[in-house]
Amino acid sequence: MGNMIRRYGTSLTLLICLLTAFWLVMLVIVPNITLLESSFRPYLPVTEIGGPKDVYTAANYMKVFNGAIEISPFGFSFQIPVHVLTFSLTIFYSVIVTLICFALAYPLAYFMAKILHPRSLPTMFLLLFVPLWVSEVLRAFAWWIILALKGPLSWILMQLHLIDHEVRWIVGYNGVMIGLVYTYVLFMIFPVFNAISSLDSNQIEAAEDLGAPWWRIHWRIVLPHAKPGIASGAVMVFMLSAGSLLVPSILGSTTSQWFTQTVQQWMLDALDWNTAAAYAFILLLMCTLFVSLVMRVFRVKLSDIAN
Amino acid sequence: MHAIRQTLARVYAGAFIFYMLIPLVIMSAAAFNDNKTPSIVPWKGFTWKWFSALWADDRMWHAFQNTIFVAIAVSLISVIIGTAAAILINSVSGNLRAVLYSTMISTILIPGAVIGISTMIMWTKMGNALDTEFILFKPGLHLSVLGQVSYIASIVMLLVLARLQSFDQGLEEAALDLGATHAQVMKRILLPHLYPAIGAGAAVAFFQSIENFNVTQFTRGGADTLTVYVFSKVRSGITPTINALALLLIGVTLLLAVLYEIKRRRSANIEAAREAEARRAAALEEAII
Repeated sequence: MGNMIRRYGTSLTLLICLLTAFWLVMLVIVPNITLLESSFRPYLPVTEIGGPKDVYTAANYMKVFNGAIEISPFGFSFQIPVHVLTFSLTIFYSVIVTLICFALAYPLAYFMAKILHPRSLPTMFLLLFVPLWVSEVLRAFAWWIILALKGPLSWILMQLHLIDHEVRWIVGYNGVMIGLVYTYVLFMIFPVFNAISSLDSNQIEAAEDLGAPWWRIHWRIVLPHAKPGIASGAVMVFMLSAGSLLVPSILGSTTSQWFTQTVQQWMLDALDWNTAAAYAFILLLMCTLFVSLVMRVFRVKLSDIAN
Repeated sequence: MHAIRQTLARVYAGAFIFYMLIPLVIMSAAAFNDNKTPSIVPWKGFTWKWFSALWADDRMWHAFQNTIFVAIAVSLISVIIGTAAAILINSVSGNLRAVLYSTMISTILIPGAVIGISTMIMWTKMGNALDTEFILFKPGLHLSVLGQVSYIASIVMLLVLARLQSFDQGLEEAALDLGATHAQVMKRILLPHLYPAIGAGAAVAFFQSIENFNVTQFTRGGADTLTVYVFSKVRSGITPTINALALLLIGVTLLLAVLYEIKRRRSANIEAAREAEARRAAALEEAII
């Protein structure tokens, strides 16, 4: 800090500190504390705010357990509160989306890092960057067109005589998963690519010379080396999927509900901001837990993930 | 065996690019289909009418204007805050640095919905507490700007911090020894070194802001941005005007991407030419000696 004052003088240093403080305090820390504080307050008419009924309560969090519905996965049927179900399904499908993204991205990242001629790499990046720069809402909309009942996908499969009548593709969570994978797979490719490119190709050749089969080379050499990249990609894809509101709203079916949609209903439809705050906090908590879990499993630091 | 796997990898890469681009092609092509619902099948003939319908759509123009204003504000504020934060991080060390750094980058990982709701609640509560009707404390796009800045500043910070690693602090010392003022050191030495990163940060911030939906949706009050407009159109009966809009946006994106690539190739060529010249000069020198 003394170093900084010597270089830039007191006033500039003060300005730099104030700007950073404004960001971290006013835009990050205080809003989140307010969120937590509001989440423990009851939803009251304006006249009663600050009155005797305005006391801290965990009632907003308890609303998660309201309204049980019956589900029967794998033949077992049991009762589960509807929001708990939404929450669990959001996590479950986000994990599936993350796994699919990894499965799609890994071969491509390896191809780009080790097989493709470095001279063609910029062109490849350009081709991949174009969909990344097209906004998320349009990418979801593009799939909405493709998956429509009388849309291009049904049409082409009928032309090929693979199906004999139009298929409803957006059923359950199908549409949401297709949309999420398409939208976020690029966030898996770039970190995994970066990690694999830093691997010395000689290691792969040495393993080949020693007679290792290709799958073992990947399992023992490339994958362990790419671990930080995979962790980074997995965190990004999971967070973006679980936090996505656009894709589930556009590509969701009547039977799919995403946790962010529930939060939105509390906030914008029910206008119960305090319950919305409680639900948002649950979402935040879940994301924090997931990141810590990934960091522990892959033994990476937060700074590795953000890169 | 090796060759087969390489060919397979190439085919896969081709298929992947196809998978990435075909939805955009279909969406764009539907803009020219003379059919009330946006699709390419059945094809009912070529038309420009969705473009003129888009041109006549006042709500779209309004949303477009808002988007540009928000994006400019976000990239301006994010660049200022992000650069300041990067300089600060670069000058502190130890625990303070670790805490500051993790707080900053954790903002990238907070879901947009949470940022939106927390920003909205905090500013309106503050307005109630101060008992003021001042516009800052009401829902609206200015809150969207603040919410978006809270995580976009972090992206700018990372870009500028990376650039700072290649900065030689000796230059600042030299300038100070030669009698430069603190402001001059900042303006003439540090900032010029950071300009490429600041420029990239501004561009990324601008695009991130245009794309943003989650934060905006919870803070916007009644105002529209382009993303919100498209979203509400997709949900409530849609005509191919949105496809026309999509085609225009993709066109702009492509244009920018190609321009960027041309610029990159040109500077790479200049770099290569300089290196070749240096090699020739070295060879000449050696020959003379």
